[in-house]
Amino acid sequence: MDRRRIEERIFKGLMIFSTLVILSALVLILATVIVKGLPAMNVAMITQTPKGGYYLGKEGGILNAIVGSVYLAGGATVLSILVSLPVVLYLNVYAKKGSRLVSFTRFSFDVLWGVPSIVYGAFGFTIMLFFGLRASLLCGIIAVGLLVLPIMSRAMDEVIRMIPKELLDASYSLGATRFETAFKVVVRQALPGILTAVLIGFGRGIGDAASVIFTAGFSDSIPYSLLRPAATLPLAIFFQLGTPFVEVQDRAYASAFILTVVILVISVASRLLTRRFTRHIVR
Amino acid sequence: MEFKTHISVRNLNVFYGDQQALKDITIDIPDKGIIVIIGPSGCGKTTLLKSFNRLIDSTDGVRVSGEVLVDGENIFDPKVEVTRIRKKMGLLSQNPYPLPMSIYDNVAYGPRIHGQKNKKELGRIVEHYLRESGLWEEVKDRLRSPASRLSVGQQQRLCLARGLAVEPEIILADEPTSALDPKSSRHIEESFLRLKERYTTIVVTHILRQAKRLADYVIFLYLGELIEHGPAEEIFENPREEMTREYMKGIIS
Repeated sequence: MDRRRIEERIFKGLMIFSTLVILSALVLILATVIVKGLPAMNVAMITQTPKGGYYLGKEGGILNAIVGSVYLAGGATVLSILVSLPVVLYLNVYAKKGSRLVSFTRFSFDVLWGVPSIVYGAFGFTIMLFFGLRASLLCGIIAVGLLVLPIMSRAMDEVIRMIPKELLDASYSLGATRFETAFKVVVRQALPGILTAVLIGFGRGIGDAASVIFTAGFSDSIPYSLLRPAATLPLAIFFQLGTPFVEVQDRAYASAFILTVVILVISVASRLLTRRFTRHIVR
Repeated sequence: MEFKTHISVRNLNVFYGDQQALKDITIDIPDKGIIVIIGPSGCGKTTLLKSFNRLIDSTDGVRVSGEVLVDGENIFDPKVEVTRIRKKMGLLSQNPYPLPMSIYDNVAYGPRIHGQKNKKELGRIVEHYLRESGLWEEVKDRLRSPASRLSVGQQQRLCLARGLAVEPEIILADEPTSALDPKSSRHIEESFLRLKERYTTIVVTHILRQAKRLADYVIFLYLGELIEHGPAEEIFENPREEMTREYMKGIIS
């Protein structure tokens, strides 16, 4: 065989190997969570809050953490959309192309993306101390919102950048303002990508433990106010895994399974909900 | 032949960075009829066309000096509201870009942003302009389906209807048939000929035969300079400039 054929073979082998690594990682994680978690699952897990001694293996569930996580990640996602959508539309529709502010903003998002989530937690905690606030759902939402913001913005930016300039020109040439062009044309055209960005952000937010540990705290009851501390699934998993009791550790896997299902349900539901808005996209 | 002026260009210079795309263009563009801008690629045809509705504003590093007067008003005056200028002109680009919405909403987009809310009236406008661009019969049963599902030729006619629906005085067309098959191209050309009594139509093309079929008035650009302009018969039959003659013969391109 000549050299070029061997090159081709080696590279093809490498690609197949990498693909398999990714797929098996996913399968193994899901399998672990299901195999270890399912036997420990019961209705009480998702319908009850922890009773006394839950972490010692007694009665109860993690409804507090499920609700807390959904509230927290939901709030953080909404907060993050409210900031990132205007920023991204500014970068792509309003700002002069190639201006320094634009590239600096993109660079800042990249840096912020790389900041570890514990730093967001610590940063949030410092601010809270300054204002004399205690750990609460609201503080958690803000900290996670900050964590999610660069991820969501950058992901939205990537899709909106792909929109051809001529599409914007078509709207301008009809006498549309930039605002009308941004919301009636750009957002519609980029909707599936924007949704993906939102879901990536949501997934990241609901799965993060380090940013909420100081800011949202933990509580065995369902938060009924923004100013109450809130439990979250990642922390619930952490606490359960940290106990010396095997049955409680298995509940941690069950909790991880619940977390996975929550993310899955929300992803699928939002795809279905937005499907009817995305059929007009110009490909 | 006597021409009334609609667009006047006075000493227009356009730079992209260090590169000068248009050099001191001065010309009066007649009212109504089809005005064709010809010239080899990269000679500034599109730039000239896009200065008429200030779409060059959104290009990187562009600098403009001189004046473009539309109905006597300098559109590069900073006080001018650009959306009002653009409403006067419909644009057809090389490739049709339907907006990401239904066929109906594409045509209704312009009237809606300019304040038309009456549903019945919108329906009338949509039908009227789809007929005007010769698309109505093909789409009347699927007005609510996505515009992106139309063929490229149909999309270009939809873009024409969309442009006409804001009731412009001028139609700007930038090589409007270059992405189309012969049959669709003929549809577009026929529409232009049908509409030329009522609109000032400015067409950029590099297809000489198309220019001959359409033009009432011809503008010849070469490397950013205005070489010659005049009524179509004059330019095609009897050009004054050597360069125009050479271009017609296909010596320079």
